[in-house]
Amino acid sequence: MRRFGTIFLALFLGIAISGCAASKKKGGSVEVEDATIGSSTESSSSGIGSEDTTAGEIIILESDDQGDMDDPLGQRVVYFDFDSANLTPEAQMVVEAHAQYLSGNPGMAVVLEGHADERGTREYNLALGERRANSVSEIFQALGVAPDAIRTISYGEERPVSMGQDEGAWSLNRRVEILY
Amino acid sequence: MKFDRIDKVLRATVLLLALSAPSAGLAKLTIEITGGAGSGIPIAVVPFKWSGEGSSPEDIGAIVAADLYRSGRFDLKPPSDFLSRPSQESEVRYKDWRLIKAETIVVGAITRSGEDEFDVNFQLLDVYREKIKIGLKFTVSEGQLRQVAHQISDRIFDEMTGIEGAFNTRIAYVTMKQKENGDRLYELMVADSDGHNPQQILQTTNLPVLSPSWSPNGRDLAYVSFADGRSGANVWIQNIESGNRRPVARFDGNASAPAWSPDGRALALTVSSAGNTDIYILQVASLEIRRITKSLAIDTEPAWAPDGSHLVFTSDRSGRPHIYRVNTDGGQIRRLTMEGKENAAASYDPRGERLVLVTNRGKGAGYQIGVFYPSDGRTDVLTKGTLDESPTFSPNGAMILYATKMGREGVLAAVSADGRVRQILKLHEGDVREPAWSASR
Repeated sequence: MRRFGTIFLALFLGIAISGCAASKKKGGSVEVEDATIGSSTESSSSGIGSEDTTAGEIIILESDDQGDMDDPLGQRVVYFDFDSANLTPEAQMVVEAHAQYLSGNPGMAVVLEGHADERGTREYNLALGERRANSVSEIFQALGVAPDAIRTISYGEERPVSMGQDEGAWSLNRRVEILY
Repeated sequence: MKFDRIDKVLRATVLLLALSAPSAGLAKLTIEITGGAGSGIPIAVVPFKWSGEGSSPEDIGAIVAADLYRSGRFDLKPPSDFLSRPSQESEVRYKDWRLIKAETIVVGAITRSGEDEFDVNFQLLDVYREKIKIGLKFTVSEGQLRQVAHQISDRIFDEMTGIEGAFNTRIAYVTMKQKENGDRLYELMVADSDGHNPQQILQTTNLPVLSPSWSPNGRDLAYVSFADGRSGANVWIQNIESGNRRPVARFDGNASAPAWSPDGRALALTVSSAGNTDIYILQVASLEIRRITKSLAIDTEPAWAPDGSHLVFTSDRSGRPHIYRVNTDGGQIRRLTMEGKENAAASYDPRGERLVLVTNRGKGAGYQIGVFYPSDGRTDVLTKGTLDESPTFSPNGAMILYATKMGREGVLAAVSADGRVRQILKLHEGDVREPAWSASR
């Protein structure tokens, strides 16, 4: 049941995404909105600004309710050490579980969204987020997920989930979100 | 040559390009200046005399004084000490100024001469020789008065220091405000070098904007943004006046970190494909692209040598990020920074002698702004923050603008290249970040 909800939401978002618009404003300014992110019913208090993460969050909440956090498929975010794209053993387990699920469901597409903490320059962190997303992608592909079904995107340090300036916050921001 | 003109009153009517008026309701940067008092060239800037109804639309004397003070090279005498307030040389009693130890004074007047026309007269006077060093007259509209003030500052700076002034220039920066519903609102802004006259160039919701880079002629900005919630980072070029923009990179992968070549024809940038990040050079007109580095490491943040002969860039090929150089044909890759735990985001001063960069000296020091000398490998650390980033030299190399934090808030800071005077530019609400200083007006 949970999976159905996810797919439906992904489809809905897929439609919404195509509604992104760029319009020119007077005075030479350009306005661009990611129309997939609404201030509507799904707005999250944690301030996550991505349409995809909104989907991810709902799933985690449901998982909480069902108390199945032990199920690696219930975990949609894997975390990394500072300036590292290597998977911890725990992250490896989560990534492999998703890889197996996805390789058994060939029609599904997955987005791997890489993020970094605020230390280091923004451009370096953009590259680091890319590298993190790619290290998850490599495992997916090794375990039979079709390359065409995987899309990686990096937001670097631009979309933190925790706003603190300490290791506790930073460790939550160094992550790859597995979105499908 | 311009020194031959001392004693003479230069009459210059300056035609200025009108900037489009700033959009209403834009958050304005406020400025705080710290340090720097009591040393430098002793100078008194007398408030300019206003002839017209009401009060002068702009306080040119105050703008000039603030410019000179920010540079860190002048000891500004406080107006409360002034014994008289002359507006031209014929009214000056030089002994009044010797008494308060001002070696140089600036006097001037603003007169309304038409419907939207103002005459601005200014003189720079040598107190000990009792002579006019510079005299200028400008005739401009109200909207150009601040620009005239910055031009006066440039002339004074040039005359007194031998270095070309860079006050009459522009900066670009990014602001970010988080709304109550969690949406992140980004604006790409262009303003005068003192933060005034902010103009919005781009506004996005939830699509980050970073790394603005000025074209050498100051007409276009290249920057990194995201087309929508599905696509990765891409580089865009936008004409400032028209607002027309286009993505420059269409690859299988992401593009970021644009840096305009000194001749304005090419962009150095970073392309990420399949997790591998390398430096490329893209011809702006033809979009022909050439790969410059090829490594499994992260290679990013390219910046051009002023003579266009080579690039410097950040790479973690040695394990941690450090600064390397590479010829524009991809040859002769060499590591430059040997000290510190990490170094990143380097760019040259206009003479190609120094690099300003982000440095992490280790032991929990965090990230500061440093000036690195390739000639001897030395780094002077200029700032004391822990998350300082995005440094950019002023076009004359005398100041450095960078992003820092005050508490949780992102602000811009400008520091004189000797580190003595610091200026903070902040918003009433939200973050300011990613500054870039234009080489031209």
